[in-house]
Amino acid sequence: MDEGKKIRVLVAKPGLDGHDRGAKVVARALRDAGMEVIYTGLRQTPEQIVAAAIQEDVDVVAMSILSGAHNYLFPRVMQLLHERGVDDVLVVGGGIIPDEDIPGLKECGIAEVFTPGASTADTVKFIRENIKR
Amino acid sequence: MGWQEIVSRALVRDIRAVSRLISIVEDRRSGFEDAYAAIYPHTGKAHVIGITGPPGSGKSTLVDKIAAEYRRRGKTVGIVAVDPTSPFTGGALLGDRLRMQRHSLDDGVFIRSMGTRGHLGGVARATSGVVDVLDAAGYDYVLIETVGVGQSEVEVASLADTVALVQVPGLGDDIQVIKAGVMEIGDVFVVNKKDRPGVERVVAEIRMALDLAGNVSGRSRAYSGHHGPTGATTGTVDATEVAPWRPPILQTMAESGEGVAEVCDTCDAHMHRLSEDGALVERRFRRARSETMQIASDLIWRGLADDRRALDAAEELAWKVARREMDPYAAGWSLRELIVN
Ligand SMILES: Nc1nc2c(ncn2[C@@H]2O[C@H](COP(=O)(O)OP(=O)(O)OP(=O)(O)O)[C@@H](O)[C@H]2O)c(=O)[nH]1
Ligand SMILES: [Mg+2]
Repeated sequence: MDEGKKIRVLVAKPGLDGHDRGAKVVARALRDAGMEVIYTGLRQTPEQIVAAAIQEDVDVVAMSILSGAHNYLFPRVMQLLHERGVDDVLVVGGGIIPDEDIPGLKECGIAEVFTPGASTADTVKFIRENIKR
Repeated sequence: MGWQEIVSRALVRDIRAVSRLISIVEDRRSGFEDAYAAIYPHTGKAHVIGITGPPGSGKSTLVDKIAAEYRRRGKTVGIVAVDPTSPFTGGALLGDRLRMQRHSLDDGVFIRSMGTRGHLGGVARATSGVVDVLDAAGYDYVLIETVGVGQSEVEVASLADTVALVQVPGLGDDIQVIKAGVMEIGDVFVVNKKDRPGVERVVAEIRMALDLAGNVSGRSRAYSGHHGPTGATTGTVDATEVAPWRPPILQTMAESGEGVAEVCDTCDAHMHRLSEDGALVERRFRRARSETMQIASDLIWRGLADDRRALDAAEELAWKVARREMDPYAAGWSLRELIVN
């Protein structure tokens, strides 16, 4: 088996929307790409996501939001990571996110936003090329 | 942060440092042996409990509830949850944490997920090291959730002070408990999903299997008559004075939490008994021995893999074996000669 460091990813589903099909598809794709994926399920608060990311010492946090609350939830996660002094974790987002919201999200530190058109292969590639450690 | 700082922070349970130290140990990053040496003197205080059983039997749900109960009693809990790594892709979906999310904002509970990374036996090669980190960080209990086990994944028995073996009704095969060959490692039997039909039968089967095995948990039995390395560890307690530990059979409904307090009580009672009759020293000696042997064997293997001369010789010998010019034992001995000298 591969000797290199494993990429660890927390796949989380913040917010109140009730299904996680998309998040599960991403989780499986990342696993199939050889990553260790910690899946935390539905309805996670930003506080829970950040606590889990720290305990699991992940390289990447991947969040999916369908509820429309992305402009609150993503920046909140970034803020909490910052408050805890975590600056070496790559954060990516996905879900139903209007194009006009993307620049603002990137501004606050979300490295990339994958909208429903993106393939999971794009996500895998982006993570591989951009992890910070 | 250098490893020295990470270690000193981890020892006072700085969460980020604990977490980073676990990664260092798990990945064998540079400085790992020094860091390990620095924490090791601080280990040995936690009560390590292994939770094992078939896939889907409710291990994660139980761990979640056991942690909640110990928290209620004012204790801190570290959790290591192991899930299988795919042998094909090297990836893993670590889903145990999903059932433990209520603890994520509680600093008294630390949860870490691990992939087996190619190791067989129900845990990862580095699980022992991760347990040590959590122990050194001062968690009162360390719970290990193994992968869902089938036939022979019993390695948790060499890591844990207490093994809780989870069984459930309705797995079809009525003697699955006995056949699984893991009976011997159970110090506490937990029949989960008692809301399901067939609980009594599972309990009866476990009882029968225990009777056949002579009423005592296999590990305790194996220890009786042995003494610690100094010979003095059990000297003051005559083993015959203490009745042998018969693994209790408990029923739970992990989802509602019913029966979980009794599981905690029983694990504590088991630990109490181990300390009383000297078996704790025995168990921990066995763990130390198996870990030491394993590390020595890992080092020899790694040395072999780095040793050009040995690899060339192995290649040459293997050809001889393949051509039937030499038998594999003779080849094995020749290679061993070459490596040792
Ligand atoms: N009916 C019933 N279901 C339960 C009980 N405890 C757990 N479950 C359910 O059993 C399923 C599996 O539970 P987990 O805790 O994930 O089981 P596990 O042993 O950790 O599974 P793996 O880690 O995949 O081997 C879940 O759907 C739980 O909700 C119980 O007491 N009764
Ligand atoms: Mg589980």
